[in-house]
Amino acid sequence: MKPPRETTHHPRTSLLQGLQQTMTLAWRTLLQIRHNPWELGDFSIQPILFLLLFLFVFGGAIAGSTADYLRFVLPGVIVMNMVFVTVYVGHGLNTDLTKGMFDRLRALPIARWSPLAGRIIADLVKQAGSILLLLSVGALLGFRLETSISSLLLMVVLVLTVALAISWVMVLVGVLARDPEHVQLFGFTALFPITFISNVFVPVETMPGWVQALVNVNPVSLLADAARGLLVGGPVLQPALWSLLWALAIMAVFAPLSVWALNRRLSAQ
Amino acid sequence: MDPAINVQGLTKHFRETTALDDVSFWANPGTVLGLLGPNGAGKTTAVRVLATLLKADAGHASVGGYDVRTQAHLVRQRIGLTGQYASVDEKLTGRENLLLIGRLLGLSRRDARRRAQELLSEFSLEEAAGRAAKTYSGGMRRRLDLAASLIGRPSILFLDEPTTGLDPRARLDLWNLIRRLVADGTTVLLTTQYLEEADQLADDIVVLDRGRIIASGTPEQLKQHIGARTLAVQARQEQDVPAIAAMLADLTGGHAEVAGLTISVPAPDPGHLPALVRRLDASGISVNELMLRSASLDDVFLTLTGRHAEPTGAPTEQRESSA
Repeated sequence: MKPPRETTHHPRTSLLQGLQQTMTLAWRTLLQIRHNPWELGDFSIQPILFLLLFLFVFGGAIAGSTADYLRFVLPGVIVMNMVFVTVYVGHGLNTDLTKGMFDRLRALPIARWSPLAGRIIADLVKQAGSILLLLSVGALLGFRLETSISSLLLMVVLVLTVALAISWVMVLVGVLARDPEHVQLFGFTALFPITFISNVFVPVETMPGWVQALVNVNPVSLLADAARGLLVGGPVLQPALWSLLWALAIMAVFAPLSVWALNRRLSAQ
Repeated sequence: MDPAINVQGLTKHFRETTALDDVSFWANPGTVLGLLGPNGAGKTTAVRVLATLLKADAGHASVGGYDVRTQAHLVRQRIGLTGQYASVDEKLTGRENLLLIGRLLGLSRRDARRRAQELLSEFSLEEAAGRAAKTYSGGMRRRLDLAASLIGRPSILFLDEPTTGLDPRARLDLWNLIRRLVADGTTVLLTTQYLEEADQLADDIVVLDRGRIIASGTPEQLKQHIGARTLAVQARQEQDVPAIAAMLADLTGGHAEVAGLTISVPAPDPGHLPALVRRLDASGISVNELMLRSASLDDVFLTLTGRHAEPTGAPTEQRESSA
């Protein structure tokens, strides 16, 4: 075998090489799950528990019957779970930063953007797996797709697009936090109110006026509405467009901010 | 012969702290350069600049003939970096860590597997290859870290305190691995807090203190200058202390340090010990204890700067550059 570094003297990596490196790093992030099964539980068992709890404990009170409530709550739980799973982007990035792995990657002749991109792509794969799992469990509980397969795929794409945007917020949290535990603490503390002050579990009509105002502009509600429309029918266009607008705005603010904060952290040690 | 590492007037500030202050040194290909100094001396900062992780404020540095600032990518194709922390992915197995780096360096799946296997057996990690790195002992982790740095067969290797926190056995193992690499022609820049380590491995040593170079030379030159060993005497009676101090100073030509009943002096020549015994006997002074021990970094600093290297009990795992 020839020494690789003597044969490749390109001053920079090509886009294709960068993409290959990104996929390799995404593979690495997904591989971590294999040796840490508890992490899998966080984005499989936890949302399923949430779904079952709300369905069988509150379902009757909220919607009259568990069957009716399942139609309402499953799209919402998919959205809620998506938001929580993004915390892993920040958690993983922070682990790499504090444990020196990020330095190792930066000292390699690879595309500068591939470590971050790889992490975000891996996150999207996890997200897709989570959605699939929740839909399967929903189907077992009696959930039926009332629209079409293309609507279902559109729902997945929409949820993943918003996930991509929120991932950038978590990149910032991952860069700013002292250690991985703080990422989780901060991430979940901030995300709990955002996901619960929404229409994920309870229809907005039952809430006081000022809460309704919050809930109606919350991107989680908007995305949950769009997901409902795409899975069981109802208005789609308006909530979907608002969700995308939110995603765009979040990305426009947090992507440059996160990259700036990351470079600042890297040059301060 | 062009130096493999060439550093001229390197300066780096972190807010009010000066991590590197007009530092210049070089290393010839196939040699080991030791950067010796306590925590906060600027060793890690120097390595980070040379490994293209950090931009210096002033000065010039080249690695393998390429400028670390303007030709960073070319530098990265030639270097390996092993940090103060084992910078491997703890959640992956040893083998997966090596495969990851191989794939990132553009090796085919097959070549990456083969290279990983080579290094696993070379570094006695075959048995643990299928276990997550977080289950490894300190010594195994450093070996894996070093193996990961070697996947791309770098011609220049940066080892940032490679043996800090290791037990003596693991340290010896790692020293032997480093010697083998150097025998194969790799240039090594090694940072360490141990004079003994620099003495064992380095062809040239640069001593750093608060971002400045306070001494440099071959281990022999340095030891002659500062004394490779320290001769220490504990007096039985306090009134004997001045006489013993004068005797030690006269015998070794160095400055005798007095701390309570203990008098110590750098002793370049092991023959000083019997000579001292004869003199003490002739003067009729009896003492509690006589010791000849290897000089520590602290002794080096005491000789070179007149003060101790660092407050005792400083945590060694603390990252020196962020202090």
